[in-house]
Amino acid sequence: MRLRLVPEQTSYDFFRYRRITSAISVVAVVLSLVAWMVMGLNFGIDFSGGTSIRTESPNAVDVGAYRAALDPLALGDLRITEVFDPSFGESRNVAMIRLAAQEGQESVTGDTIAAVEAALQGLDPQVVLASVESVGPKVSGELVRTAFIAVAVAMALIMVYIWLRFEWQFAVGAVAALFHDVILAIGIFSVLQIRFDLATIAALLTIIGYSINDTVVIFDRLRENLRKFKTMPLVDVMNLSVNETLSRTLMTSGTTLLALIALLALGGDVIRGFVFAITWGIVVGTYSSLYVAKNIVLQLGVKRDWSKTGGEPGTQFGDDPA
Amino acid sequence: MLQIPIWKRVVIWGLVACGLLLAMPNLFYSRVETHNDAARVVESTGAETPELSADLGRWPSFLPSGLVNLGLDLRGGAHLLAEVQVADVYEDRMRGLWPDVRNALRAERDAVGPIRRVDGPAGELHVRIGNADGMDRAVAVVRDLSRPIVSLTGAGASDIEVRGEGDLLVVALSEAERQATDNRAIQQSLEIIRRRVDEVGTREPTIQRQGETRILIQVPGIGSAAELKALIGTTARLTFQPVVSRTTDPGASPGPGNVILPSLDEQGVFYVIEDRVVVSGEELTDAQPAFDQNGRPAVNFRFNPTGARKFGDYTAENIGSPFAIVLDDEVISAPTIQSHIPGGSGIITGRFTVEDSTQLAVLLRAGALPAELIFLEERTIGPELGQDSIEAGALACIVAFVAVLVFMGLSYGLFGLFANVALVMNVALIFGLLSLIGATLTLPGIAGIVLTIGMAVDANVLVFERIREELRTARGPARAIEQGYEKALSAILDANITTFLIAAILFTLGSGPVRGFAVTLGLGIITSVFTAIFVTRLIMVTWFDRARPKTIEV
Repeated sequence: MRLRLVPEQTSYDFFRYRRITSAISVVAVVLSLVAWMVMGLNFGIDFSGGTSIRTESPNAVDVGAYRAALDPLALGDLRITEVFDPSFGESRNVAMIRLAAQEGQESVTGDTIAAVEAALQGLDPQVVLASVESVGPKVSGELVRTAFIAVAVAMALIMVYIWLRFEWQFAVGAVAALFHDVILAIGIFSVLQIRFDLATIAALLTIIGYSINDTVVIFDRLRENLRKFKTMPLVDVMNLSVNETLSRTLMTSGTTLLALIALLALGGDVIRGFVFAITWGIVVGTYSSLYVAKNIVLQLGVKRDWSKTGGEPGTQFGDDPA
Repeated sequence: MLQIPIWKRVVIWGLVACGLLLAMPNLFYSRVETHNDAARVVESTGAETPELSADLGRWPSFLPSGLVNLGLDLRGGAHLLAEVQVADVYEDRMRGLWPDVRNALRAERDAVGPIRRVDGPAGELHVRIGNADGMDRAVAVVRDLSRPIVSLTGAGASDIEVRGEGDLLVVALSEAERQATDNRAIQQSLEIIRRRVDEVGTREPTIQRQGETRILIQVPGIGSAAELKALIGTTARLTFQPVVSRTTDPGASPGPGNVILPSLDEQGVFYVIEDRVVVSGEELTDAQPAFDQNGRPAVNFRFNPTGARKFGDYTAENIGSPFAIVLDDEVISAPTIQSHIPGGSGIITGRFTVEDSTQLAVLLRAGALPAELIFLEERTIGPELGQDSIEAGALACIVAFVAVLVFMGLSYGLFGLFANVALVMNVALIFGLLSLIGATLTLPGIAGIVLTIGMAVDANVLVFERIREELRTARGPARAIEQGYEKALSAILDANITTFLIAAILFTLGSGPVRGFAVTLGLGIITSVFTAIFVTRLIMVTWFDRARPKTIEV
């Protein structure tokens, strides 16, 4: 008896409600953008500069007492949060302390860290600084720029690749799906105020990679079916292609999500934000390859006669490797 | 129909075997690490103690011993990004040039009149001359002080630019010289930092140039970044001392008032040196690669006025005897004094290549950091936190792995099992490749592996789903398998090429942990495509040849 996520053969009409799915996508994108504008992002030190200190202690963390101990040091804007994680247990209490970039210095000085450590140990002798990370305003500015370039270059390259391998309508659809995914990911980061740092950018790019993977597989089948069924209406060919690849789409999303959920639950709190972003992206990415990308291709229409393109762009890799 | 030539089978299994062999040392991480550390010590000292032999014996030397490097976030340690304040160097150069300019202009007093140094913008030397009509002469005289630049790109250019503005003589470094100076300042800082860090003997520090004027320093196992900063800030000690004799016996008695020091670049050579400093590195203002009058590579150096006087007196009295240039109790070189050297600048000749003279100039300047270092970024990760991350990551990997194996087995039965074998090999191959290229595994890198585990089955899923479809058209199992592979290939390649593009971008633009993620993701794509279209297929075909099933169920 085999485990089947979907029946052997399906013929769901994915495009019957395409107005509704398009509307859902648009609303989700708009809401994400609004959240981004209104609530902003919780930038990590990579992007905003400053210092982040992780403390660990067998004794319970009292945020108020920590703040009282650190206030006399006059370090400017100071944020203290306790970190909770199911894997910590009773004897492991973790807090994150965020210091703003200090006037007139790039990365934090050893003296400042020593002062913080001394102040905290006066309060709780068993506290240790598990990690100290400090990024100067100069570097953080550059990191923001590099991150932006990375995402933009990724999108551009993918657009060109899809255009070469398929047709421009596919490229537009694929990139629109990517924008959709990235904006929705940024939206959830804004709404939940998850720390947004360099690792998050890596996560966004992974989402782009996964989503495009998904989109391309369906496009590939669509191209094949367009050649096969030259007279079938476009919407029917698309429905057929999506149905034919549905089992694969869900299988791959399923295995990837299985792996990610394991990482989310067991991978520790240090990378949880990163893993969460990817997990969310897989879910959104699967949806967008089914709907956003296809809806747009459907809207733009597509060239139906593939037979004359020969060795030009829009051909399949034909040779057999083994 | 389903035939794979024997040579292809051999190549495929050969590659898999290589990958497994390369990945194996990681299963015995601490053992191999002890072995590698011991091997490094033996190689650098040449001596093998029984202890080291025992450590060496912990891993057979005929097996590969490459390991996946653990990033700072996993091992714990300190990370610093320092910016070299290269503009400081321009200032120093101008300050050092002023006495020469003054002397040269004073000799032409009749033409240029009285001279006076006035304040100018940073990095420029401004001199007001009494007689503006003599400016052409003044410019020509100062220009004579310039030296040609010895570099690959700046050939033919001179190091300073001199121009007259009314009665104001302006001297500045030329653009080519600025670039050369920047480069030298960075090289020199790298060299000094490397020596400083090596001194504490931590394992595999990373010290590399980043961008134009930055240096990245990563030292695993060090307690804190503050400690590392203190270490890098310490100035190296450079001295010029009289040489008594040269020997190959490190145990020789140097005699009263002398010390015995090893040679830096000649193995087994030692110098007996008077424990008396003639001039020290603090008094050296500059050293440059150059050529002597016979066109052989040499090194020019220059002292400040006090150093120049001491050096001049000493060389006058000791023509024909060698003196040693000592850095950190090692003799860099021991040239013979050819003539009295007045004026505080001299030339070191020897059997140098251009690289040698460049390196020696770097070493000579390496006495002190050429410019201040400003730290732009620092990260300290405690070793416990790193250990926790490794454990959490490993656990997540195993659980993810098992979950995917079970899921695939349930979904595709025997074929799922084939895919699972390929998946196990896939992970082994990733580790093999990581070890081979000496890549660094970071925490996001582990996430990359977990993600790869999830996504690696994609190619197999594509093929299996395709085979299912082909089976429905009932053209026999062999034909279905063949068609399945053929038709799925286009989608597999398109999907993976786009993802690989992403990994490449991440690698190019990312730094540190993000790069670690890009590496595992990129390698994971390569290995997963390889295992899916070659390994799984080979297993499937081999099985099919043996079993000859009439029907198959995927």
